[in-house]
Parts: sequence; structure tokens; C-alpha cells
Amino acid sequence: MGYLTPSTKITPPRWDLLARHDDNERAQAEKDIIREPYVTNNRDATWVGDRIASAIENPTPLWWFIGVSISGAVAGLAGLGILYLILTGVGVWGENNSANWAWDITNFVFWIGIGHAGTMIAAILYLTRQRWATGINRAAETMTVFAVMCAGVYPGVHIGRVWMAWYLAPIPNGNAIWPNFRSPLLWDVFAVSTYLSVSIVFWYVGLIPDMAAMRDRVKNKILKYVYAVLCLGWRGSARQWVNYEYCYPMLAGIATLLVISTCTVVSSDFSTSVVPGWHGTIFLPYFGVGAIYGGFCMLITLLVPLRELYKFQDLITLRHIDLCCRYVLLMACLITYIYLMEFFVAYTGGSPNERFTFFRDRIFGPYSMTWVCMLLFNSVIPMLLWSKKIRRNPWVAFTVIIFPSIGMWLERFVIIVSSVHRDYLPSAWGMFYPTYVDILTFTGTFGIFFLCYLLFIRFMPMIAIAEIRAVLPESNPHTPPAVVRDGEPEPAKEETHA
Amino acid sequence: MPEVKPPLSSSVDSGIMPRKLYAIGAEFAGPKELFAAAEKVRDKGYKNWDCYTPFYIHGLDQAMGAGKSYVNLFTFFGGMGGLVGAFLLIVITSVYVYPINTQGKPYFSLPGFVPILDLVMILASAFVTLFGMIALNGMPRLQHPLWDWEAFTRATHDKFFIVIEVFDPKFSEKGAIDALREAGGTNLTYIGEDE
Repeated sequence: MGYLTPSTKITPPRWDLLARHDDNERAQAEKDIIREPYVTNNRDATWVGDRIASAIENPTPLWWFIGVSISGAVAGLAGLGILYLILTGVGVWGENNSANWAWDITNFVFWIGIGHAGTMIAAILYLTRQRWATGINRAAETMTVFAVMCAGVYPGVHIGRVWMAWYLAPIPNGNAIWPNFRSPLLWDVFAVSTYLSVSIVFWYVGLIPDMAAMRDRVKNKILKYVYAVLCLGWRGSARQWVNYEYCYPMLAGIATLLVISTCTVVSSDFSTSVVPGWHGTIFLPYFGVGAIYGGFCMLITLLVPLRELYKFQDLITLRHIDLCCRYVLLMACLITYIYLMEFFVAYTGGSPNERFTFFRDRIFGPYSMTWVCMLLFNSVIPMLLWSKKIRRNPWVAFTVIIFPSIGMWLERFVIIVSSVHRDYLPSAWGMFYPTYVDILTFTGTFGIFFLCYLLFIRFMPMIAIAEIRAVLPESNPHTPPAVVRDGEPEPAKEETHA
Repeated sequence: MPEVKPPLSSSVDSGIMPRKLYAIGAEFAGPKELFAAAEKVRDKGYKNWDCYTPFYIHGLDQAMGAGKSYVNLFTFFGGMGGLVGAFLLIVITSVYVYPINTQGKPYFSLPGFVPILDLVMILASAFVTLFGMIALNGMPRLQHPLWDWEAFTRATHDKFFIVIEVFDPKFSEKGAIDALREAGGTNLTYIGEDE
């Protein structure tokens, strides 16, 4: 009888097989099963607050001044590039008649993608009760806000006559023309501005209790006043916490919806057109996966130096780096699948133009090197992260992650430029080469990003103090006291890097 | 000779009362002690009292007998408002006031309107949720009697407090002090208020 009937005899489990394992194996298995704590070295709530606030209260380190000077100078380059563009016209960029979209949209999608991972970490991991994410969510949300600001530079100026930018908004104007609500480009205006506003709201709500904590501890009168105003008079009463803890998942749910909507809208800028290489239904997940991929890479790039510089090794633990690397790995696999699927669809789709784009132009065309590097950086090199040794070694992981960060930029370049530079008619074929204004503006956006980030970490708690405290074992009123077995020492409070 | 003003907050043991009492507060050592104390104070039948903690403690609101929060209603109605508002904005402008024929698409092309309906709904519900939370929490506030209590600056750091306010219908000075002492509170303090 293949199925279970009342008369079927059930074989009892073979416990004797388990018994063959020796004590060492069992001890190792127990160690593997027990999850690492969110905060290592048995740190308590007081330590958490002191350590995070030390980044604000201690004298400003020298490297911070150097970093701010360099990133400020680089941000100035973007200012120069944008000023020159506004005074002269979009012709100063390398765009031409076949490649109408090039670095501006590449950089826009690159930065908006980095922005998406921040919300993904803060909102989706919060909703799925990934409580380890409390250690990194503030860093990720901050990254979102500044990355979306950098992304916003491009749609702001690429319209050419920036003083006409108000035409984008649905307000009555003298020509009696309203924005076309059926156009993906208008969806984009709404998506990016909504994304920026909602991610600022989400970030701000997370900051309220921490700013109140800073208000109660800083000595500087001006800072105290600023925190007192910004935290809106938070007192931390249990009745306030209830509303707060209801508000947070609501916003997380909204933000999750928004991540998906914004990815979809940005991708529909491309997929609703009839350009071979853009016209694909796979673009919706493609952009979502790409965004999360690039964002996790950027997050690791930020976290690894920060935890060393501010001695946050107990708060941003090796486990955090490990888990972020696993997400990178997952996204690398998904994006490789999508790369392959694009070729599969182009082959089976039967459109000669699409086959040309993928099988001739991408692989053998003038931009083939970008495609090869993209594949190498995004699909091959991240496979090193299958090794736990690499994931657990922050600086090695940091080095590996640099490659997909560049690869994700190349991916956007491949999607955008190598799809449009070959038009349907060979007479309309062209090439895109970036001008120095393109390069200045793009380099400058990194300056803007790092300048904002450095200013933020100097004046605001860069790790969510209240949220980390809430996940400490001692914070749960129902935790049984830790069992100390006979012969075992009590868990020591190590002062490794106090 | 000028009159000596009593301090705004003073220890219960010192016997000095502020001129106008706002509440009586006590300090607790940790989340466990606070949790047990909250249940005791709740059982005494107090209504206008609160626990102050540096972080959210799960289940403390039930232990206090506090009701559920209605922030989610703000999210829902904010979102609905945004959706209806966006629908009216798009339909009135694209169909009635400024109809523009683009690529022969119908003036009322609902599928094309969906992304903006969705985004405006999200935008409105996020802001209404934020303002709802702020309003329900009685914020923003730049002054509060509790902030004149020296020990209370650690309420956002590592100390836990229970405060029983004088507005409570069952409030009596002795009753509140006894309740807080019984619950295991230390550093009992009269918290005064500016007249």
C-alpha cells in the first residue's frame, strides 16, 4: 500500500542512529543552531546608547574633516557641471540624435536603485521580522534619502530649460496644457517625488526617539535645542510608544508598496517604448532586483569602514555583513537569470531587431566591453561570496562588493546606451561618448552623496539606538534568566574595544 | 525679603511640595520590574498614569491596560483620500477641462492612470499616518512638567519610570505614593508644574 491507512504500521524513528554522533559533533551542531546575538559581547542598553552617541559627542576626528573637504570639493564639480549645462544647454552632454538618453538616465537609474535597497532593508525586513536589520536600517534609510536626492539631480536638469521644470507639476498654466497622465515619464515624476517624500517620512519617524535620547544627553546648548525641536517633544511614554509602534509597520507597509511601484514605474519608462532591448515585460522584476542588488552593495561599502572607524563591531557584527553578502549573492543569482532570460526571449521572440540588439550588438558591437565587464562583475565575481570565509571577512567582502557596484552602473549603461545607439535604420546609427561635463556631473553626485552622509553621521545617531535596545535580551520582560550550567563560566563582558 | 520658591520637583522623602503638583513619579530598575509594577498600578484602578521607557517593551500596553492605537485608521483614510483626490484631479483635467488627444488614446484611459493613483494614495497615506501619530501622541511639545525632573533625563537612556498624574479621578497623594512604593519604585518624586 502506497498510502497511509489505519492498518499501516508506522516505523518508529531510529534514535539509535543519532546516538552514533559523538559529543563534539553534538556540541558543534548546538553551536551552529543557536543564532548569534544581535549585539555581541553581552553589551547592555547603556553601552549601546553611549557607544552610538559617542560618534556625536566625541571630538570630531581628523579623517572626518578630510572626508568632508574631499567630498565637498567633488560635490562642487557637480555644481560646475550643472551650472554650465543650465547656462549653455543639454548639448554639452554627449547625447546625440540616436543616443538621446545616455549617462543622465544611466546615473539616474543607478542612484535611484541604490535608494531602493534602503527601503527594502528598513521596511521589508522589518515587516518580515528580520530583527537583525535593526543594526543597519538607519544606515540604509539614510543612504536611501541621499541617493534619491542624487538621482533627482538628473531629471531636474536633463529637461534642458530648467526654469520650465514647473511644467512637470499638475498646476494650471498659461498655455492651458496639463501634464499627460498617461505618460510613463509623468509617472516617473510622481514616483520619484513620492519616493523621496515617503522615504524621508520613514527615516524621520525612526529618528524621533533617538533624537529625544540625544536631546537628553548632549551638553551643547544649540545641538540640544535642535534635537528638542526635531524630536517634537518625544517623552517615551508607553502610550506614545503604542502609537509609534503602530505607525511604524503602517509606514513600512506603505514603503514596501512604494518600492515596488517606483521600480515598476522607472522600468516602464523603458518597457513601454518600442526600442529593442527595452521592450520587455521582464523589466519590472529586472529593475527591482537590480535596485536591491546595487543598494546592498553600496550599503556594505558604507558599513564596513564605519564599523571600523567608530568601533561599532559589536553593533554591526560580522553576522550583519554576512547576511548582507548573502542578499548580494541572492540578487546576483536572480540578475544572472534575468540576463539569460533576456537572451532567451530575444531568441524565441522572433523579432529580427531584437535578435540583432542582443546577439550582435550587445556581444560583438562597439560597446561589447561594457557588456562583458557587466557580466563578469555582476554574475561571476560575486560568486566568491558563496564562501563563508569571504563573507565573514569585512575587508575582503568590501573588495568583492566593489565589483558589482561598478557592474550595476555598467548594467544601466548597457541597457540604455547600447539599446538606443543602433536605431532601426542603419542611417540613424550613432555612438555616444561622454563629454567632460558628463563626467564632472557624475563624479560630483558621489561628492554630494558622501558629503551628506558624513554630515549626517556627525550630527545624528547613525544606528537606531531605541530599536537596538529593544532587541537586546535584557529588554524583554519575559526572558528567563540565562541558564549557567555547572562548570561553565558566566558569560563574560569582554572589553575588546571599549 | 523675596519669597523662596519651592523647586519644581522634589523628593517625596524631603517633604517639600511644589506649589502646584502635576504628578508623582517613581523610578524602576529594569523592564521586568517595570512590567510587574505596571500590572500592580493598573490593578489599583488608575487611569491617568503612564510608564516611560527608553525603548518599546512588548506587551507593556496590555500590562498597563491601555487601549489599542488607532493610527492605522489614519493610514486607511489618508490613503482613500489620496486615491479619490488623485482620481478627481486626473479625470477632471484629462477628461473634462483640458482634454488632449495623445496618440489617439481615449481621454478616460483608466489603466494609464493607475500608477499615479497608486503613488498619490501612498503619498497621502504616509503623511496622514505621520501626522496622525504625532497628533495622537500629543506632539509637538516644547515644554513638559516632567522635563524639570532631573532624574527623568535618563528616561530616554537607561531608566524606567511610572508617573501618576493628579488629574486621575482616583488620585490621592498618599494613595499614589503607597501604590508606587508597593510596586517597588524608588526615588519617589513630587513633580510640580509652573503656575
